[in-house]
Amino acid sequence: MSVAYHESATRGAFPVPQGAGFFVEPSTVSADRHLLGLEGMPAATMLEILDEAEAFRERWRLEGKAPGIELAGFEVCHAFFEDSTRTRVSFEIAAKRLGATSTTFGTGGSSVSKGETLLDTIHTIAAMGVDLFVIRHSAPGAARYVARQLDVAVVNGGDGMHEHPTQGLLDLLTLRDAWGGRFEGRRLAIVGDVAHSRVARSAIHGLTTLGTEVTLAGPATLMPADVELLGVAVAPSVEDAMAGADGVMALRLQRERMDAGKLPSLAEYTRVWGISAERVSTMKPEAVVMHPGPMNRGVEITHDAADGPRSRVFGQVENGVAVRAAVLARCARAARAHRQHPAKPGPA
Amino acid sequence: MSSPLRGSSRAAREGTIGDLFGEASASESSPRREDPASAAPDAASPGAPPHAPGPRGVTLLRGVRHWRTGERIDLGIADGMIVDARGLHPERVIDAAGAVVAPGLVDLHVHLREPGQTAKETIETGARAAAAGGFTAIACMPNTRPVLDTPEWIDWVRHRAAGAACRVHPMGAVTVGQEGKQLTEFLALKAAGAVALSDDGRPIMSAAVMRHALEYAKHAGLPIVCHEEDLTLKGDGAMNEGFTATRLGVRGIPSAAESVMVRRDVELAELTGGRVHFAHLSCAASFAALRDGKARGLAVTGETCPHYWMLTDEAVGDHDTFAKMNPPLRSESDREATLAAIVDGTVDCFATDHAPHTMDEKRQTFDLAPFGIVGLETALGLTLTGLVEPGHLSLERAIELWTDAPRRVFRLPSVSLDPGSPADLVLIDPGLPWTVDASSFASKGRNTPFDGWSLTGRAIATFRAGRPTFALAGTAAEALGSPPSA
Repeated sequence: MSVAYHESATRGAFPVPQGAGFFVEPSTVSADRHLLGLEGMPAATMLEILDEAEAFRERWRLEGKAPGIELAGFEVCHAFFEDSTRTRVSFEIAAKRLGATSTTFGTGGSSVSKGETLLDTIHTIAAMGVDLFVIRHSAPGAARYVARQLDVAVVNGGDGMHEHPTQGLLDLLTLRDAWGGRFEGRRLAIVGDVAHSRVARSAIHGLTTLGTEVTLAGPATLMPADVELLGVAVAPSVEDAMAGADGVMALRLQRERMDAGKLPSLAEYTRVWGISAERVSTMKPEAVVMHPGPMNRGVEITHDAADGPRSRVFGQVENGVAVRAAVLARCARAARAHRQHPAKPGPA
Repeated sequence: MSSPLRGSSRAAREGTIGDLFGEASASESSPRREDPASAAPDAASPGAPPHAPGPRGVTLLRGVRHWRTGERIDLGIADGMIVDARGLHPERVIDAAGAVVAPGLVDLHVHLREPGQTAKETIETGARAAAAGGFTAIACMPNTRPVLDTPEWIDWVRHRAAGAACRVHPMGAVTVGQEGKQLTEFLALKAAGAVALSDDGRPIMSAAVMRHALEYAKHAGLPIVCHEEDLTLKGDGAMNEGFTATRLGVRGIPSAAESVMVRRDVELAELTGGRVHFAHLSCAASFAALRDGKARGLAVTGETCPHYWMLTDEAVGDHDTFAKMNPPLRSESDREATLAAIVDGTVDCFATDHAPHTMDEKRQTFDLAPFGIVGLETALGLTLTGLVEPGHLSLERAIELWTDAPRRVFRLPSVSLDPGSPADLVLIDPGLPWTVDASSFASKGRNTPFDGWSLTGRAIATFRAGRPTFALAGTAAEALGSPPSA
């Protein structure tokens, strides 16, 4: 339909009158002080972040890990409303290495369990002088929601099944290392529970933006509707997805999926969809094996694949610190600029 | 509080129209209370005895266009009724040349939230929102706190709504507490004034309970209004299953969650011979099932809502809770199927599913925010802009789907433009451009995805039993004065 009003139904084209309500997106949301997701991020921005991460990695290798000055005087709060070990620790280390002061809180024993809303919790802590929040939350859209509502910088540490952008970036860095810097003409297979995976969504946005083909494989019960429209292919089997690929990413399988009646048994899943050394051998010779962790060894990935010569599982973790440092540094620069020119209009 | 039954006989004796609508008549029986605006004419002619014979306080709508024929007519209103305009001595003349006059709009699907959730809406504010949208009658859903599952609560709502800005026809719950188990007292609910039965918001998952409800409702002669949703298919879903939900990482609700239940209840309509009215249909497969039921001659009817022909699930944008409702906004092909079902007559009438919520409730993450949007004050504008302007429907048919059509579905008293009919009227300027401004809504609810939209056409005046309940500033209707905001 071509009439004018229907344009309003399309994404991002809502008419936005002044003061119309809380869902009006301030111009600051898309500014560089936030990292909310990889969807829509220009390739150049992704590559800049990877370059900066690589520079940090080099610096720490050559000069040691004494705190830098990038985040000196900057207060970071790691607000984890959902359990996390590696992402939380990785962010904490990254913030410390750049000289930030930081705090971490989880949901256990905090005011969240007293019924305080996400917004009030963040607002309260922001009032203590926090400059940037890393937010992990079970609600899709939680990070953007906070960024819309409060005048604080927000880095999405994983929001429900939506996105996990720093994981996506560390996957990109790992693949750039493995692929000699070239994303075009490569193909990555992503195997498993795509439906519930924020890791898969961020990886898909990142890789398709950089020109890498993505092939998904997994049980139909764990494949989200119309996922092809994200610009990926869905293969009928793990063999089809992996044959000739430049890498494979195994996704973590949650035991709840069995309880929800979406899978008959772990044994069947492993037999049909598990990443084994045998299946790895059908990929290109230099192809790599990745897993966002934590791994269910013997379920979605076998020992021989996880610990084999192609595995980059622990390289991913190492890259995570560098990528998160780059993201924090970038957001902090923009947040400082924003504080000096708060009224400066940005792109909507 | 007098009993409705006793009140009815008094209303009939005094020749008022309250009883025509089965309304609580305590305040209907006095024309002065029914029409506060009559104070003005009385003041203008202080010598007139309060009960002089012949029409008094006559209002003349001059040169308005008949909604069906399009011809210019003069319409007289006196004592709450339409009167022959010839030879009248009007005390008030509205020169609304070009405005279309029609029977007041009817919305069969409104959540008034009272009793119990008056922070979201009250009967009074909901009725004023209705009047502002051109509605003169609404049917309200029983999913209040407590649930309207006893005749006493039906009675309570009717009395509370007696002086409201539009007629309020409550629906009673199908099952006690809307728990889907024990049937309510259908006959007593009907006697108290319930016009239909519904467990809206809480689908009756047991086919056996639905079967018995349909069988039993035949005694009462009431339709069962079905919110069709298989809860096992819905799961934790919060929006339509499809690309947008996949992109946003939001759990999806497949359209089959609705259509399998529509299919089931078409079969149960056949089994029982009961009357089924399908609420807020949103997807192609549901319309196909309804079409099939009609082809088989079953007593099945269905409604759809403006958001289903105006929007798709893309409107959820980046987790916009103002685009979260149930059934959810669907795909483009479902939107096209909705248009087709409207055009080919599968859709019997329109409804809004007006579902006000507070800002605090909607100002949450998408998964936590409640389902629902307000609709009364945008319904007509979205109909004219979305259906009439692009040529899907004639103006006459579009108005019919908000007037005569819903009256037929619930067997409400008919309203016409003929002398003797209750003067429940709406004046519509179909070409008036305007911008939706949620902050100016009469409803307490501001939760609309249409805020800021430019629409064409809206109600400029509304009359309930001759009493102006809405007049749009800056139009010819302004002469009606600013209606008392009740």
